Amino acid sequence: MTLTYEDVIAKYEPVLGLEVHVELNTHSKMFCGCSTDFGGEPNTQTCPVCLGMPGALPVVNEKAIESSILIGLALNCSIAPFSRFSRKNYFYPDMPKNFQISQYDEPICVNGYLDVEIDTEEGIKKFRVEIERVHMEEDTGKSLHVGGATGRIHGADYSLLDYNRAGIPLVEIVTKIVPGTGKYAPEVAKAYVAQLRDILRSLGVSDVRMEQGSLRCDANVSLRLIGAEQLGTRSETKNVNSLRSVERAVRGEMIRHAELLNKGERVVQETRHFQEDTGLTRSGRSKEQAEDYRYFPEPDLVPVAPDAAWIEKLRESLPEHPSLRRARLQEQWAVPDKEMAAMLNADALDIVEETVLLGADPTRARGWWLGEISRIANESGVAIVELAITPKDVAQIVALVAKGDLTDKLARQVVEGVIAGEGTPQQVIDSRGLKVVSDESALMAAIERAIAAQPETAEKIRNGHIPAAGALIGAVMKDTKGQADAARVRELLLAHLGQPNTINP
Amino acid sequence: MITRSAHEMSAAMVKGEVTSEQLTQLHLNRISAVDQQVHAFLHVDTEGALAQARAVDAARSSGEKVGPLAGVPLALKDVMVQKGIPTTAGSKILEGWRPPYDSTVVSKLKTAGVVILGKTNMDEFAMGSSTENSAYGPTHNPWDLTRIPGGSGGGSSASLAAFEAPLAIGTDTGGSIRQPAAVTGTVGVKPTYGGVSRYGLIAFSSSLDQAGPCARTVLDAALLHEVIAGHDAHDATSINAPVPEVVKAARSGDVKGMKIGVVKELNGDGYQAGVRSRFEESLELLAKAGAEIVEVSCPNFEYALAAYYLIAPSECSSNLARFDAMRYGIRVGDEGAASAESVMNLTREVGFGREVKRRIILGTYALSSGYFDAYYGSAQKVRTLIMQDFTKAFASADVLVSPTCPTTAFKIGEKANDPLAMYLNDIATIPVNMAGIGGMSLPCGLAPEDGLPVGFQIMAPAMQDQRMYSVGAALEAALLTQWGSPLLSKIPALAGSK
Ligand SMILES: [Zn+2]
Repeated sequence: MTLTYEDVIAKYEPVLGLEVHVELNTHSKMFCGCSTDFGGEPNTQTCPVCLGMPGALPVVNEKAIESSILIGLALNCSIAPFSRFSRKNYFYPDMPKNFQISQYDEPICVNGYLDVEIDTEEGIKKFRVEIERVHMEEDTGKSLHVGGATGRIHGADYSLLDYNRAGIPLVEIVTKIVPGTGKYAPEVAKAYVAQLRDILRSLGVSDVRMEQGSLRCDANVSLRLIGAEQLGTRSETKNVNSLRSVERAVRGEMIRHAELLNKGERVVQETRHFQEDTGLTRSGRSKEQAEDYRYFPEPDLVPVAPDAAWIEKLRESLPEHPSLRRARLQEQWAVPDKEMAAMLNADALDIVEETVLLGADPTRARGWWLGEISRIANESGVAIVELAITPKDVAQIVALVAKGDLTDKLARQVVEGVIAGEGTPQQVIDSRGLKVVSDESALMAAIERAIAAQPETAEKIRNGHIPAAGALIGAVMKDTKGQADAARVRELLLAHLGQPNTINP
Repeated sequence: MITRSAHEMSAAMVKGEVTSEQLTQLHLNRISAVDQQVHAFLHVDTEGALAQARAVDAARSSGEKVGPLAGVPLALKDVMVQKGIPTTAGSKILEGWRPPYDSTVVSKLKTAGVVILGKTNMDEFAMGSSTENSAYGPTHNPWDLTRIPGGSGGGSSASLAAFEAPLAIGTDTGGSIRQPAAVTGTVGVKPTYGGVSRYGLIAFSSSLDQAGPCARTVLDAALLHEVIAGHDAHDATSINAPVPEVVKAARSGDVKGMKIGVVKELNGDGYQAGVRSRFEESLELLAKAGAEIVEVSCPNFEYALAAYYLIAPSECSSNLARFDAMRYGIRVGDEGAASAESVMNLTREVGFGREVKRRIILGTYALSSGYFDAYYGSAQKVRTLIMQDFTKAFASADVLVSPTCPTTAFKIGEKANDPLAMYLNDIATIPVNMAGIGGMSLPCGLAPEDGLPVGFQIMAPAMQDQRMYSVGAALEAALLTQWGSPLLSKIPALAGSK
């Protein structure tokens, strides 16, 4: 029997821990001069260093250090005056040296925090997520296991290795445990990753493309009975590739853990893989027998000792913090709190801003993205940014409506057409023949037909009962298949029946 | 011609008495004649060497300015990567590998016009003190073919003593340049750690490895030192400072007023009588040349060997993990439904020799969680104590000296099954690597009891390498005056040589 989420939170308190891996967007790799461009032919962006050739040595990319410090500063961390790289030793074919150079016990940034806000039925709630560390490491190559049932190395017929990604600089941002989020744990997890992503984007240190893997989240979840002190056993869910998945993964793991605990079984400490299609996780490597990585200080590198003056310079160069930007935009656009929260929740702030910067009225831009477009996105189970409609399209549609070339109703059809891949707004208008009927004689003919069909209603209006006009306007709109401008129909109708146009629609 | 020093060969080329091509051919002939007995070389690059030589000759005859070692042949230890030339580090696991790049040392040699004859034999991955751990068979000491030439760089030093090359490159992790120099009657220098780039040096123990010059005279070593030294952006541990003026020091050989500290702990019990007597006589010569001899104590040196055998294997266990049959080298067991893991295991089983496996296992254990602090952690503490010993000693002496090795060359096979006895050979050389300072070995005579060469070790503070050359040159000159001719003139002729 499956538990509901309500059952879970009635009995248990979730404790989160989030590890986010960010691929930095430096031009060259962490320890060599190879390009970091995405999508090159396999093994074309390699050299003796990132292939782990005998004799080759790593040299730290200064730009990666700078990016890491910027991230630490933006997350309110202290920057270590002295930090070191270590070797994490384990054998895997996609790791050229069979050790990964990573910061271990001496990371570059420690002890920060990030405040996240979520919108709840009880109003806006704020949670502080404490950051334990920000550290640098190198990415591994990519393996493609061919044949076999699981796509894993075991049972594969053969494997292909691409080392283009090997040595790309990664920054790992690790939170302390996050208790106290209660039933909001999934939303807090999502909001944290979203806000982190916004900060990283504003710093310009990463492409933060979750779908391309340049931002990856591992979600640690454990449950304990409400009121208990001791932490439960955690699972670590990997491969969570979208904001929506972060929320789903946490929720799913909470339910899975609770079902086990309710049955008196124990949660296995293990790595789990998130399945995008089902929203469930499957078991990966068990961590019960913790792997011994035999960490030791990387003897080929000297310690990282950033100059205090440099750190201060970087601190001064920090861009506007996303939370301040949010506050600024909310004020500029006069957005009520509730709607601001909805916009953040839909991850629509950037896209609305882009639309506004293309000339659209902020309220209208927001209305489209959070209204019709969000509705379609929800129906298809994707994020609005993944739809085939751009801020430019929306800005054009807003402009056409403002000019009177489209009615709201027609505009909705245009939006639907653009999303369906029918082309630009103008192409959709042309191919679907969506034009406001502005030919007044055609409108007058439709008005005459409506009056003829409903003589009593027309009589009421003539007698001054203006609200009755709605029924006739509706009939005209129906007659013109929605392509008429309702306001103009009203004007013409009331004038025709000898009444003043008192209510501005 | 081939018994001359590199400096003399260079002078002969400048005067037009010989071309680089002729000189190179003479050495290639010598290698053909004697290397079957010595086995100093794993690979001889006849065509490449002659082409390099002709290029230098052409440059010289067109009036181009060439460096002081241009056209002089050199033997390269097989641990140093050279583009396109088989490079094995003495291991079967790298059999057939041709590197796609040049090490920084090789680039510098090529730029200086030094002619690389080929790759010399060594203990597998530089682990050993006798060259018996080479996967390709041992090298024989030209002084007595039944004896070891030292290790790991036995091939490089033997090639000098056998007149197969006037210069060689070695690498020194715990004595692998100095001990072979000592037992072959040649000169070997381990520069300050970071003084010569490690880029392209196949790593054994990254924090200890250092490439350096091997030669038959102190001046030749200095000339080669200046060619290969200097900051390298490809090596993060390379020191960004001017290269010490070692050639100038070697030319002057002035020790007047210098304080020479004899390390009490590196001379006494366990040292062969003939080694001690030659060492003492050398001290007298240095005193006569104007140096002041003082005694210093380095009490923590007694732990150096134990700490070394934790740090070096720890680093090697990680450095050698990359040899997994995936990207280069041999691949064993890749047939049928073999898994990647079984191929890795089989390749490493077949590809690595016993000593390498022993150290990988030792290092893997020392780094394991729960043991790390007790082993690797303690060893690092000892390392700090050794550095402190040196700092104190250098406060009262400009250089420190000791015999390079406790004994002269032992017989091939004598210690092959006793790793601990083998390790003890490096007792006097290891502290230098642990502290990252410079060390030199030069010949100071033959031990009366066995007629084999004895090495004299000079140690200098970090980036004060020129001090070793001053003292080395002074001692070399005094000994030459005493002997009348270089020590190597007393080496027995090899069969097949003229
Ligand atoms: Zn590279």
